[in-house]
Amino acid sequence: MNVLQFILQNRTQVLELTVEHLWLVGWSTFLAALIGIPLGILIAHWTRLNKPVLAGANIIQTIPSLALFGFLLPVPWLGERVDRLAILALTLYALLPIIRNTYEGIRGVDAAVVEAGRGMGLTESQLLFQIELPLALSVILSGVRVAAVICVGLATIAAAIGAGGLGEFIFRGLAMVDNRVILAGAIPAAILALLADFGVGWIEKRLRPR
Amino acid sequence: MIEFRNVSYQVNGIQVLRGLTLHVARGETLVLLGRSGSGKTTTLKLVNRLVSPSSGEILVHGTPQEQIDVIRLRRCIGYVIQEVGLFPHFNVERNIGLLPKIEGWPEDRIRARVRQMFQLVGLPEELASRYPHQLSGGQRQRVGVARALAADPSILLMDEPFGALDPLTRDDVQREFLLLQQRLQKTVVFVTHDLREALRLGSRIALMEAGKLVTVVTPAEFLKSSDPWASAYIRAFGDGLESAVNRGTS
Repeated sequence: MNVLQFILQNRTQVLELTVEHLWLVGWSTFLAALIGIPLGILIAHWTRLNKPVLAGANIIQTIPSLALFGFLLPVPWLGERVDRLAILALTLYALLPIIRNTYEGIRGVDAAVVEAGRGMGLTESQLLFQIELPLALSVILSGVRVAAVICVGLATIAAAIGAGGLGEFIFRGLAMVDNRVILAGAIPAAILALLADFGVGWIEKRLRPR
Repeated sequence: MIEFRNVSYQVNGIQVLRGLTLHVARGETLVLLGRSGSGKTTTLKLVNRLVSPSSGEILVHGTPQEQIDVIRLRRCIGYVIQEVGLFPHFNVERNIGLLPKIEGWPEDRIRARVRQMFQLVGLPEELASRYPHQLSGGQRQRVGVARALAADPSILLMDEPFGALDPLTRDDVQREFLLLQQRLQKTVVFVTHDLREALRLGSRIALMEAGKLVTVVTPAEFLKSSDPWASAYIRAFGDGLESAVNRGTS
């Protein structure tokens, strides 16, 4: 029996775990964007904060994911529902690319354009929403894209704490020393990563100025 | 119209401007001439408060600047810079119409105003839907001027607006500027390091050097000036300057 047959035979479970996986990735990418984009905007304008914020996000990135999942387990409200916990951990990992790209995107807007806008009497919020954000959008979204792809990969580890997702197959396959089972988790995860990459890329293209 | 009273500006311990006292009269084109670092751009940015003075006072329309809301102040002062700074994600029409739109003008009035601006700066109307990167340097500069004039400011600040253009285009836009200024009679402060341009466009020339105002004279007086800095400029630019002199609106 090859991998494809195995996947087809267990298609309901593959589908179920894929949906769980998407749930984890979707929420964490969304939350990371919700926190990361405003934070990136903040440090782009208040440059005094950029070092500590980026350093913080960097440090989170260096914590091994399995360890982070483990650390968060005893936290009271979180530990009760492992999927919440997994989403929180994934959100933390997804922050760095989003914060960094938002920061770089806004800093990268042509200074002459911003000065022309300020000089003609745009308020700071008009500058932000009409000029800076639209011009930084594609850079910001490519950060979201990287974050989504990172989350798809890392979410497989969430199965180690019982949060479900395609990692279940991978861990089960590892325990059973059965490559088919591992691949039944890994292949859909890889496809999800590609789809996430493609999907955000598509949105990016649709929203791009010009 | 615009009055500098003993204005100084320093940043990070560097004295960029010291003791500047200068009066710009209604409807004149005052050219700030000087080399890089002489403080002419800073002087310009003091007018629309992109830079705030360390000491001294600036009056606009007779009102001390700090008593005017900075956003209001900037909206009644047109601003044109060398890099033009057109918004790359807006087409030409939206670039020109942005300030009227923000000011809450009704759509049809904005459209009429934009069309009027096209005529004023001599742009063909089919450019309205183009984006800045699809325009030539001269066209971009004209759009920049049109945008600055769209909300009908009484004051126009221009920071080396024609510096990046090729000589032929520059000659064109300078001629157009003179015609435009004859019609509109805005109060213009114009920064340049090009003596020929200063003589041609200015009704008066304010020569600056190392953060200080050296002298303020008419173009004809400038050529006869015995001031060492003025002479240095004239020597550097060579012969034939007389033909460039702005003879007013005659």
